[in-house]
Amino acid sequence: MSLLEIHGVSKAFGGIRALDACSLTVEQGSITGLIGPNGSGKTTLFNVITGYERPDAGVVTFNGADITQATPSRIFGLGLGRTFQLVRIFPRLTVMENMHIAVQRSGIRALLSRWSAPHERARASELLDFVGLTHLADAPAENLSYGQKKLLEFAMILIAEPKVMLLDEPAGGVNPTLAAQLTERIKTLNQRGITFLVVEHNMQFVMSLCDKVAVMHRGTLLTEGDPQQIRGNPAVLEAYLGD
Amino acid sequence: MPFEFDPVTVLDAVLAGILTGTVYALMGMGLSLIFGVLDIIDVAQAGYVILAAYLSFFLQRSLHIDLFLGLLITIPLLFLLGIVVEVVFIRPIKRDRTQLSILITFGIGLVIEGVLGVFFGTTERELDAWYVTQGIKVGNFYIAYVYIFAFIMAVALIAVLFVLLYRTKFGRSVRALMQNRTAAQLIGINVERVSAITFAIGAALTAAGGMAYGATTPFNNNSWYDLITRLFAIIILGGLGSVQGALIGAIIMLVLSDVTAVVWSPVWSSAVFFAALVLLLLFRPQGLFGSLATRKQ
Amino acid sequence: MDRSLKLNPRLITFGWPLILLVAAVSFPLVFPNAAVDNVAILTLIFASLATSWNIFAGYTGYNALGHTVYFGFGAYTMALISVNQQLPGGFGLFLLVPVAGVVAALCAVPLGWISLRTRGHAFVVITLIAVFIFQLLAFNLRGITLGSTGIFLPAPGFALDWYFLPYYYVQLAILVLALLISWYIRSSRYGLWLLAIRDDEDRAEGLGVRTGAGKLSAFVISAFFTGMIGAMYAYFIGSIYPQYVFDPALSITLVLMAFLGGVGTLSGPVVGALILEIAQQYFSLNAQTGYYQIFLGALFLIIMLLLPRGIVRSLFRLWSAWRIRRGAGGSPVAPERPEQPERPAVAVERG
Repeated sequence: MSLLEIHGVSKAFGGIRALDACSLTVEQGSITGLIGPNGSGKTTLFNVITGYERPDAGVVTFNGADITQATPSRIFGLGLGRTFQLVRIFPRLTVMENMHIAVQRSGIRALLSRWSAPHERARASELLDFVGLTHLADAPAENLSYGQKKLLEFAMILIAEPKVMLLDEPAGGVNPTLAAQLTERIKTLNQRGITFLVVEHNMQFVMSLCDKVAVMHRGTLLTEGDPQQIRGNPAVLEAYLGD
Repeated sequence: MPFEFDPVTVLDAVLAGILTGTVYALMGMGLSLIFGVLDIIDVAQAGYVILAAYLSFFLQRSLHIDLFLGLLITIPLLFLLGIVVEVVFIRPIKRDRTQLSILITFGIGLVIEGVLGVFFGTTERELDAWYVTQGIKVGNFYIAYVYIFAFIMAVALIAVLFVLLYRTKFGRSVRALMQNRTAAQLIGINVERVSAITFAIGAALTAAGGMAYGATTPFNNNSWYDLITRLFAIIILGGLGSVQGALIGAIIMLVLSDVTAVVWSPVWSSAVFFAALVLLLLFRPQGLFGSLATRKQ
Repeated sequence: MDRSLKLNPRLITFGWPLILLVAAVSFPLVFPNAAVDNVAILTLIFASLATSWNIFAGYTGYNALGHTVYFGFGAYTMALISVNQQLPGGFGLFLLVPVAGVVAALCAVPLGWISLRTRGHAFVVITLIAVFIFQLLAFNLRGITLGSTGIFLPAPGFALDWYFLPYYYVQLAILVLALLISWYIRSSRYGLWLLAIRDDEDRAEGLGVRTGAGKLSAFVISAFFTGMIGAMYAYFIGSIYPQYVFDPALSITLVLMAFLGGVGTLSGPVVGALILEIAQQYFSLNAQTGYYQIFLGALFLIIMLLLPRGIVRSLFRLWSAWRIRRGAGGSPVAPERPEQPERPAVAVERG
């Protein structure tokens, strides 16, 4: 079943057509890779899906619901989380505090009570353990290394138990060991039922992780298929070299 | 009917607005230039204006140097002050430059206010000269000579500024910096030097503006607060970072203000600046010629 | 071993504020000198102002330069009601203080909503302009505010030997209340939201934080306290004029106090207020006009450029570093939420 569907989305900035009638489907339970040369519109597509940009045309549906015009906050509440190419965390808060931002509580009373309830703290600790940041729980987030910040951003989203995670270059700027660990964690989470859409330039990462790969070029979908098909596809090679 | 609409007085006001607007344009252009190149909002510019007014006052009262001639001293002095301020107080700001610069330059303005208070007290002063008290009658209008001279001076200085910006190598560096800081660095422009000189130019321009201000309005060390709003309104209307915008913005604002003074009441003429500022910041913060998107760094 | 460690943090966290409170309560009784009590009340007023400012600006990172506006609203509310209703002076007038606070808070709703549609330097400018706007209105709407002639409040009629005590204790109560609210916010989820807004507002919004409601509510709470303090000031001083209650320099002084002590901390604004009020008294008595502005401006520059964390945080860091060096057993004692060291926004150039 398609969890996330993008139909004919177009977006232009000034004279530049970042997205041109782009269509894509993401199946539930899959780990889909999204690759393409620089400027092909991958990050713009992410921004449109997650509500940071409004498309000029097209529809985005999530779980059947139309989220084309929805705000980032509402989309996150529906279960769609996303990381950023240049990691965005809260530098002056501690790691543990960062983890609690995305915890979804409702009601005024919940707002006015302590920032960390025991069950929330337990879940945060569990997730920090999962990404290996437990020992840094009380450190200010700005003191973390770049790779650690990426892991934090990853864990921060997970605490809200998203159904889909959009990862924008998760392996960018991190060493191969960390990238491999990341692959393992994503696979584990996938087995627990989270769907992934991953933008990446690191081909090894994509090939080892994803069960389906979509290729974008000049704002639209060029082709899609399983990693082996994509690797051997001459059109894909040309897209990368031709630009 | 609280509003009086007499075409003659309104026209008089428009004329006065254009004349004084050009002087304000000088100061506004300096401010806009500083924002464009250094990304900072220099609240202290209003302070430099008053400082310049006092300097002209001192030169004239104690050394009997004519106001316009005194500019030969005050302009270089303020230029030097600008260099010192930029290097000591502005250059170290690394994060949240624009916001912090407002606070820091406010501090500088306070120090200037204090120093002026110590040396000159709080009595209101006025710059005096034959051309301040005497004027010329053109038809139904009376204009003190000082307005005309100041206008000519302002036009001349504005012309010099435009030549500097558009016909010299330095000006090219300035314009490059305004567009893209990093790229400018990559092609070898000495960002720090250009920044310091630009800031100093901005300060030096206030020397002229200050003299004109002092010759047309009574002032004391407290007067810089009034000026802040006016200057802000002008540069935000024109668009932060746009030098042409500051010129046009100044003339528009001053004309509007002077017309409001005669049509409604002088008391509410400052309200024009406030209203413009609030509306602009809410609905069109880029003003007439500024760009909304954050410039590439 | 375990039990004594558990006792220590709580004792230190709650111990010394209690001592300070006792000291503050007994202060005017121990020092009944009129001049000293006068300074003490003004210090409490400044400290409360700085603390209220901190509730909004310190936590959300929006440097509001226009909080004096609510001070002025509170002052005029107190003055106008007491004069127009011809109320007698005395203890009863203190009941108008919370009323003034509510009025200021109500005004803060539309004004805050408008101001908060901007961000960054536009926000700073628009809040600063608000002070000038209302000063102009106060001067010129003579029908309401009596303009530059000012308004004189009814005399309180307190006996001379304990004249200052009612003002002192009411103001102290306001300060304590503001500090409690400030502390409570910090430890709550609401406070976490505000701090997240300070660090990365759009990211916070994307994670479900209601940034609009958060900012506006903090703004209104801050305005409520500021309005009450304005009313207290009006009653204490006895007369108000537009240029003194809608004073941009007061706004700046507030900000300086918070930065001096340490923005976003609890004790910071109080420490800053203490230092500045004492300095102001010194300058008004011993030096001619102008020196105070020089001092204020220079202090501002020194703090912003060299000590942006503020005195309290810098001292705390020194203390933590000293404890670590001394090798104190286990991790250094820290309050419930350790004060976050801030990367200075201003890099001091090293040779």
